[in-house]
Amino acid sequence: MQGLAFDIAHLLAGSLVLVSFMMIYQDRLPALINVFALHAILLSASVTWQANIQNMPELYLTAMIALVFKAFVIPISLRRMIVQMGIHREIENVVGIGVTMLAGIALVALSMVVMLRITAMADPLAREDLAFALSVLLLGLLMMVTRRNAVGQVIGFMSLENGLILAATGAKGMPLVVEISVAFSILIAFIVIGIFLFRIRERFDSVDVHALDRFRGEQP
Amino acid sequence: MIFLRDLTVQFVQMGLVLLLAPLLTGVVRKVKARLLRRIGPPLIQPYRDLLRLFRKEVVLATNASWLFRAVPYLVFASTWVAAALVPTFATNLLFSWSGDLIAIVALLGSGRFFLALAGMDVGTSFGGIGSSREAMIASLAEPAMIMIVFSLALIAGSTQLSAMAGYLLSLQEGLRVTLALALFALIMVAIAENGRIPIDNPATHLELTMVHEAMVLEYSGRHLALIDLAASLKLLLYISLIGCVFVPWGLAPAESDWRGYAIGVLAYIGKLLVGGIALAVFETFIAKMRVFRVPAFLGAALMLGFLGALLRFVSGSF
Amino acid sequence: MGIVFALPCILGLLVLSLVGVTLGHRRSGTAVVYGVSFVLSAALLANGGIALFSAAESSAWLPLGLPWVGAHFAIDPLAAAFLVIVNLGAAGASLYALGYGRHEKEPWRVLPFFPLFLAAMNLVIVADDAFTFLLSWEFMSLASWVLVMAHHHDPENRRAAFIYIVMASFGTLALLLAFGLLAGPGGNYAFDFIRIASPAPMTAGLVLALVLIGAGSKAGLVPLHVWLPLAHPAAPSHVSALMSGVMTKVAIYAFIRIIFDLNGLPEWWWGLVVLVAGAASAVLGVLYALLQNDLKRVLAYSTIENIGFIFVGLGLALAFQANDLASAAALALVAALLHAFNHAIFKSLLFFGAGAVLTATGERNMGKLGGLIHGMPATALATLIGCAAISALPPLNGFASEWLTLQAILLSPQLPQWGLKVLVPASGALLALAAALAAACFIRVFGVSFLGRPRTAVAERARDADPWSRIAMSAFALLCVVAGALPGFAVDAFAPVTTEFFGAQLSPQAAVPWLALVPVAPARASYDGLLILVFVAMSAVVVLLTVRLFGAKGVRRAPAWDCGFPDSSPVTQYTAESFAQPIRRVFGGLLFHARESVTMPPPGATAPARIRVEMRDLVWDFLYAPLALGIEMIAGRMNVLQFLTIRRYLTFVFLALVTLLFVVAL
Repeated sequence: MQGLAFDIAHLLAGSLVLVSFMMIYQDRLPALINVFALHAILLSASVTWQANIQNMPELYLTAMIALVFKAFVIPISLRRMIVQMGIHREIENVVGIGVTMLAGIALVALSMVVMLRITAMADPLAREDLAFALSVLLLGLLMMVTRRNAVGQVIGFMSLENGLILAATGAKGMPLVVEISVAFSILIAFIVIGIFLFRIRERFDSVDVHALDRFRGEQP
Repeated sequence: MIFLRDLTVQFVQMGLVLLLAPLLTGVVRKVKARLLRRIGPPLIQPYRDLLRLFRKEVVLATNASWLFRAVPYLVFASTWVAAALVPTFATNLLFSWSGDLIAIVALLGSGRFFLALAGMDVGTSFGGIGSSREAMIASLAEPAMIMIVFSLALIAGSTQLSAMAGYLLSLQEGLRVTLALALFALIMVAIAENGRIPIDNPATHLELTMVHEAMVLEYSGRHLALIDLAASLKLLLYISLIGCVFVPWGLAPAESDWRGYAIGVLAYIGKLLVGGIALAVFETFIAKMRVFRVPAFLGAALMLGFLGALLRFVSGSF
Repeated sequence: MGIVFALPCILGLLVLSLVGVTLGHRRSGTAVVYGVSFVLSAALLANGGIALFSAAESSAWLPLGLPWVGAHFAIDPLAAAFLVIVNLGAAGASLYALGYGRHEKEPWRVLPFFPLFLAAMNLVIVADDAFTFLLSWEFMSLASWVLVMAHHHDPENRRAAFIYIVMASFGTLALLLAFGLLAGPGGNYAFDFIRIASPAPMTAGLVLALVLIGAGSKAGLVPLHVWLPLAHPAAPSHVSALMSGVMTKVAIYAFIRIIFDLNGLPEWWWGLVVLVAGAASAVLGVLYALLQNDLKRVLAYSTIENIGFIFVGLGLALAFQANDLASAAALALVAALLHAFNHAIFKSLLFFGAGAVLTATGERNMGKLGGLIHGMPATALATLIGCAAISALPPLNGFASEWLTLQAILLSPQLPQWGLKVLVPASGALLALAAALAAACFIRVFGVSFLGRPRTAVAERARDADPWSRIAMSAFALLCVVAGALPGFAVDAFAPVTTEFFGAQLSPQAAVPWLALVPVAPARASYDGLLILVFVAMSAVVVLLTVRLFGAKGVRRAPAWDCGFPDSSPVTQYTAESFAQPIRRVFGGLLFHARESVTMPPPGATAPARIRVEMRDLVWDFLYAPLALGIEMIAGRMNVLQFLTIRRYLTFVFLALVTLLFVVAL
């Protein structure tokens, strides 16, 4: 499908990759959550556009779920949890931001090469969108691997899932897309709740501010 | 006859950029002041400042060398020639083919080279701060710019700005991911190269937050006027560059009549105004970064430019 | 003409080196040796130039060397191009040394070997068979080794010379193996025969690897570069200029000759390997350069960066040739050759400047210099032009070759292989990064050494160089400007070389209006160095006149403003380390494990605060140190072989004999 539809689909998928890079670039938690909300908004825009050009009305529902859940509910609740539990506001990285971005570029190049090589016979719109989706997926994994903070890792996981949804909607004729995406979102919600309720104080690499306070010598 | 007319148009372009540069600076300052609920200086204040500086005598440090005195002229000449090569209201001017976008970027680089040397000339620590930070910023901003040039050249099939503008005007390509990436990266690099917030504060008087101001700290009189004018020209150049590549409507093609050129000039002034106001709003919204966050910012611009070029290499439909 | 004229000139240089043994102890020796070297190099330069412009080929055979081989010599366009480059550098160095050589304390250690070095380099280029080539190559290494050992009292120089001779021998071994593979079982070493016999792909790939090691180590490719920053600064300055500016080009010649001419048609992945090696060398070289305080060591590392640049062009040419894109390959090769030519000029110029500074102040450490522009104006102007040229600023010559390389990269989307599609833009990004860092490096070099306030008494007392040195430096500076304004002529001169290898050439540049450079098509890209030079000069003059006419006149001198806190001590100005600190902080943490630690005394204590910067050379620590350790261990183990009884030695001989008989029996 050539022309303007092609270009807009590409633009939205490409901007999703761009926003993934922006997430790697952030070093403060509130900003990271905002960028993730933007990521989710762009995803729903992309899915809506796909629904439009593929004439599959079910995808509108997927877009709506992504928008409501990931752009509003999860960011708001994450922000509230951060304030309540006093989590460290700065995100520490395993390696510097520059190295992470270099690795990100290498991953994007890799996903381009892989996707465009093995799908040489397929529809051009679909295969390039798949290349972008694989990039978003790998960038989400990179975020999970290089962040020391659990919230950062969870956001990485959710952006990875956004990549999967992009891939699923990009390839035409994938069945049960709506059902799968609902199931995924509920799974994510339970994982997030589980992490925060049961694991937070023992499993973070970075230090919880209140926990530190308990061990200081002089208490005001 | 045609040669004479083309020569006149080229000279008009050179004069126009020189005339409009301080006005652009004035517009940016006025809008910033208004957003901060101040009245702000009048729009023609930069012209008055330049005139005042030209009429003052030059005070040189006792150990300043001949290089220190020559640098303002070199910087101004290279920036002016670079600005004259960018299509502002018309493309395919008489000598626009003598330098393509890579040459324009490199001409600005040579201006920066000499300015950094001037910063080191008097042997003060402030000059050193300015020069070393400028060298660090340039070492990332220039490759980012080259990558942006690559992305644009791979789309338009040429590094000549007139050819690029013409190609993008013909709308053969439409919206491209690479174009979006290049635009983003170009805006980031333009902010860095012109020393605007969040990289550097053009209005600061705190020495430790300066980059450009620290390099020119020892200049006064007509030398300082030339350097300030060159800085305004550079800002005009970058906004014209963004305008001619990404918003090419209104550019008069070669062999236009005076109506085409008039439309071109009006469109150009409109683009400058929009660009200036957008810059002022952006600068008011955002805070200045720590110096060592700047490499991450510019590294991101480099990555975006590289990604754009890579996408074009990998597939022709990006 | 051609080879018939060149061989006697080379013979003249050899005779001169013999004469130099006796002349070395006379006072007039310097003038005679360098003067005659200059004349002979100029003659060879003219000869090479004529051969290149007329695209003539000539060959000769002499009954020297091995009886059944003899010695073949030939000049084809590639050899002519490199004769021009080499002898230009040689003539300049000889001219410079007429003045500089007088300050040499032990001239008998330098004078006999300088003409020998020049003769050997010329012989490598005109050699037409493997034996002559390798013999001349070894002479070149040995002559330069002796010259590096000229200042042998300094233990650093002795260590540098030792590492140099080890790496040089290793490189020659690699080249020997490469030629052995190319000559094949027939054993015919003449280049004419090797050209016709096309090797198997496996052999050709092995030859590429060996030549990359052999010629690459002489040129300075990372990771085989470790000898270069030690050896080049150790030699006297005119020899450093020759080693950096000219000997590295001889190594490039060896690479082009073997890989493009003798090795048959390339595979696409050859270009990839060469491209990546070049890009890595470019970035690492300039980053190393930014961290050095010794003036000559900075220049040596910068040579590594420029060699990386040239190899990127050569890699692109190989990739294009493997994909049958002849005109693109021609563009890439011309870009590489033009950069080789330009680098020979501005690197020699910069070394001449460093030599002048060394003579005037006795210091190579930038931290002891400063403010030299006041006492040494001519040297400063020439070095400034050299620094601007090497930073690729228009309209000088460094920009012309960088521009051509970037245009070649822009032609590469046509390459179909995926590895190339990803790595060519990556190499382009690395090249752009290296070019920007090089500009930063040379702002640092010129700013810290020549500008600012003098940091020591010797810097304050420095006086300009002697007339011969100044003539040589000014000539090369002028050449930088001219080559930058008129690059089209150089590009046209290299056309016969590309026709020889690819059967295609760039469109004749002399025919382009206004002498612009149009490599592919006018609509695609064009650059007019002359017009840009004229425009910048005219604008500067117009502004100067306008300001003089309408503005205030006069200049008043006063103490420096320094924001109202002037400090009289020159120690407070930026040093070389402080200038590089931001860049070291950005790039050094990853590549050099650069760590800063600050110890602050508590308030009230009178101890000074200390800042400590630690860096490691990762290539040395992870490649060479383990290698050296391993060799020492093995050598230590094998030491027992020195102390065996006679019976054990006899057992060895017996076992060897039996094993060989087994092999024959099978």
